[in-house]
Amino acid sequence: MNPVVKVEGRAIPFGRKNVDTDVIIPAHYLKTISRSGLGRGAFEVVRREPGNVFDDPRYVGAPVLIAGDNFGCGSSREHAAWALGDMGVQAVIAPSYSDIFSGNAVKNGIVPVVLPQDAVDRLMVVAAEGLPVTVDLESCTVTTPYQDRYSFTIDPFRRDCLMHGLDEIGLTMAQGDAISAYEAKVGAERGWV
Amino acid sequence: MTEPKTLYAKIWDAHVVDTRADGTALIYIDRHLVHEVTSPQAFEGLRAAGRTVRRPDLTLAVPDHNLPTTRRVDAQGQRLPIADLESAAQLAALARNAPAAGIRYIDAVAAEQGIVHVVGPEQGFTLPGTTVVCGDSHTASHGALGALAFGIGTSEVEHVLATQTLLLQRSQSMEVRVDGVLGAGVTPKDVILHIIGRIGAAGGTGHVIEYTGNVFREMSIEGRLTVANMSIEAGARAGLVAPDETTFAYLKGRPMAPVGAQWDAAVAWWRTLATDPGAAYDKVVVIDAGEIAPSLTWGTSPEDVVPITGVVPDPMSFADPSKQAAAQKSLDYMGLVPGTRMQDVGVDMVFIGSCTNSRIEDLRAAADVVRGRHVAPGVAQALVVPGSGLVKRQAEAEGLDRVFVDAGFEWREPGCSMCLAMNPDKVPPGMRCASTSNRNFVGRQGPGARTHLLSPAMAAAAAVTGRLTDVRELMGAAA
Ligand code: SF4
Repeated sequence: MNPVVKVEGRAIPFGRKNVDTDVIIPAHYLKTISRSGLGRGAFEVVRREPGNVFDDPRYVGAPVLIAGDNFGCGSSREHAAWALGDMGVQAVIAPSYSDIFSGNAVKNGIVPVVLPQDAVDRLMVVAAEGLPVTVDLESCTVTTPYQDRYSFTIDPFRRDCLMHGLDEIGLTMAQGDAISAYEAKVGAERGWV
Repeated sequence: MTEPKTLYAKIWDAHVVDTRADGTALIYIDRHLVHEVTSPQAFEGLRAAGRTVRRPDLTLAVPDHNLPTTRRVDAQGQRLPIADLESAAQLAALARNAPAAGIRYIDAVAAEQGIVHVVGPEQGFTLPGTTVVCGDSHTASHGALGALAFGIGTSEVEHVLATQTLLLQRSQSMEVRVDGVLGAGVTPKDVILHIIGRIGAAGGTGHVIEYTGNVFREMSIEGRLTVANMSIEAGARAGLVAPDETTFAYLKGRPMAPVGAQWDAAVAWWRTLATDPGAAYDKVVVIDAGEIAPSLTWGTSPEDVVPITGVVPDPMSFADPSKQAAAQKSLDYMGLVPGTRMQDVGVDMVFIGSCTNSRIEDLRAAADVVRGRHVAPGVAQALVVPGSGLVKRQAEAEGLDRVFVDAGFEWREPGCSMCLAMNPDKVPPGMRCASTSNRNFVGRQGPGARTHLLSPAMAAAAAVTGRLTDVRELMGAAA
C-alpha cells in the first residue's frame, strides 16, 4: 500500500446520508476476482440522476469525497473501497462511517476523516465552488483556501498504517510467537474450540 | 470481587492475543467462514506474498451468493453449467482455493450446501463464546448463539487466513432489552424491524448490541438468528444473545459441535458467559413487547419501518431536514404516495428466503399461511428458497414443498437468491417485492427493484392476497 500523508485537491460535494455500499458499488460489479477497474461501476445509480456531481467535469478524478452520516453502511464488500480508490478518491470526509467501511478504507490507503456536520456543511460549500480541500494526516487537519481549519481525530494505529503504507499482515505475522502461545494456552483450557 | 462484565467483554477478553500501546488489540479468531464473492482477492493476495493459511481447520468454505437456485444437476446426476461466466469463474476460484489450502469446502451440489450464515449454526461450526468472522456483513447472525460474530472486508479475510487474528478496536456495548408479551402474528422479524425503526440505521454504529429481556430468552435459536442477522442494519458491528439452555439444546449433536467430555467442558464454560448482574452497558434501549406490531418497511433504508396497519409517511413529518429529503427520494423510488394505507399497496413479487428468514421455522410459518390458499393472480413470481440443503430436505419431509408448489410458489435450491442481485434471481425494474430478506437498499434486489422487508408469514400473506396484508387477518380465519 502506498503511504498517504496529505491529500489535496478538489472535493466532490456529495453530502448524502446513509450512503450504502450498494450505492457505492452495486452487487453486479462484485463478480470479479481482481481488485482493480471498479471505478466504472462506482455510484452507478446516482450517475443516472441528471446533473449528478460524479459526472460534473469539475470533479472527475477529485481526490476527496464529502458525504453525510453513516457513509458506507450495509455490506462488508471491500469493493466499495476499491471502487472509490479506482475513481481517484484518497480521502472521504463525513460525520460518521459504518465500522466495516472505515476499516476497509484504511486498508486501501483511503483516509476516512470524521468531522462534525457543521464542518461538513461548510466544506460542501467550498467544494461546490470547485476550490481545493486539503486533508493532512501529519497535523490531522482539513483546511481550505478560505483559511477554514478543522482538526480531526483518527485511531493512531490506522494513522500509522496510512502514513507509512504498512502491511498489517506482515506486522501481525511478526507476532507469530504470541499467536502460537495463545493457541497453546487456549488449546489446554478450551480444547473444544 | 472482580468487576461485573458484559457478555461482550467476556468474549473479547478471552480472545486478546496482544494489546498495542495505542489500544488496538490483536484478537484471535476461532471460526472463519468463506464464500465465493469476497475471498478470491484474499487468496490471490496470499499467493502473491508467498503466504499460507495458518489454520485451515478453523475455516469453512461454502458457495452461496452467485449460485443459481435452479437445478444444479440433470436427470443423470451430471452437474449443470453456470451460464454467467463471471459467476462461474468466482465459484470455480473458491472450489480451487479452499481445498488447495486444506480448507473444508462444501460443494454446490452437497446436501449441506447453503447460505454461510445458515450453514455455520446448522453444522455446529458456530459455537458460543467463540469469535466468528466472514467476508459478509450478516455474519452478525451467529451472535444468536452467543458468538462474537462480525463481517470483515477482503483485506481482513486475507489477514485472518494468514494469521488467524485481526487487529481490532474494542466497540462500545449497547443493550437492547425487550420485555413483555408479543402480540399475535408478531414474529422475530417484526421485533428486529421495530428495533431498527426505533434506533435508526446508524443507531448501533460503533456498538455491539446485546439483546436481553424475556422476549429473546423465550425465543428459539432460529428466531434469535433472524434478530442478530439484522444487527448490522442498525449499524452495529455485531449482535449477541447470551447462550442458555435453548442454545445448548440446539447445538448438541450437530456434526461439528464438541462431543463427550469436550461437550461438557464447553457447556460449563458457556454457562459463565452471560452478562454479570450490575455490569454496565454504554447505551441502553428498552422496548415494550406489547408495542410491536407486524411490521414492514416502506422506504429504502431498513429504518423506514411502519406497522402493517400504518400508512406511507409524509416526508415532511420527519424532524430532520436531511431525512425529509431522503424520505422523498425513497418514496419516488418506491413509487408510493404519502398517506396510502400500507395494506392497499399491491405486490408483484414475493421472496421467502435469505439468511434472515430461510430456516425451517420460517418455512413452516409461511406454509401455515399459504396452506389451502393460492398465490394471487397479480403476483408475477413467488419464490421460496430454503437456506440450506438440509433445511430443504427437512421441509420436503414435512410436505412443505407441496404446500408451496400447490399454491403456485416456485421451490428452489438453496442460496442467497433474490436477496441481492448477483445471481439470476432478480426483481425486474419497477416491480414491487414483498421480501423476507434484510436490505431494502436502492437496487438491492435488482436495478429499479422496490423492496418491502417483512416476516415470512407476512410475505406469504402478501403472496396469497396480492397486496401487503396484515397477516392477523388470515390467521385463524379458515382458508
Ligand atoms: S442471503 Fe443476502 S444478506 Fe444473507 S449472505 Fe446472502 S446475500 Fe448476504
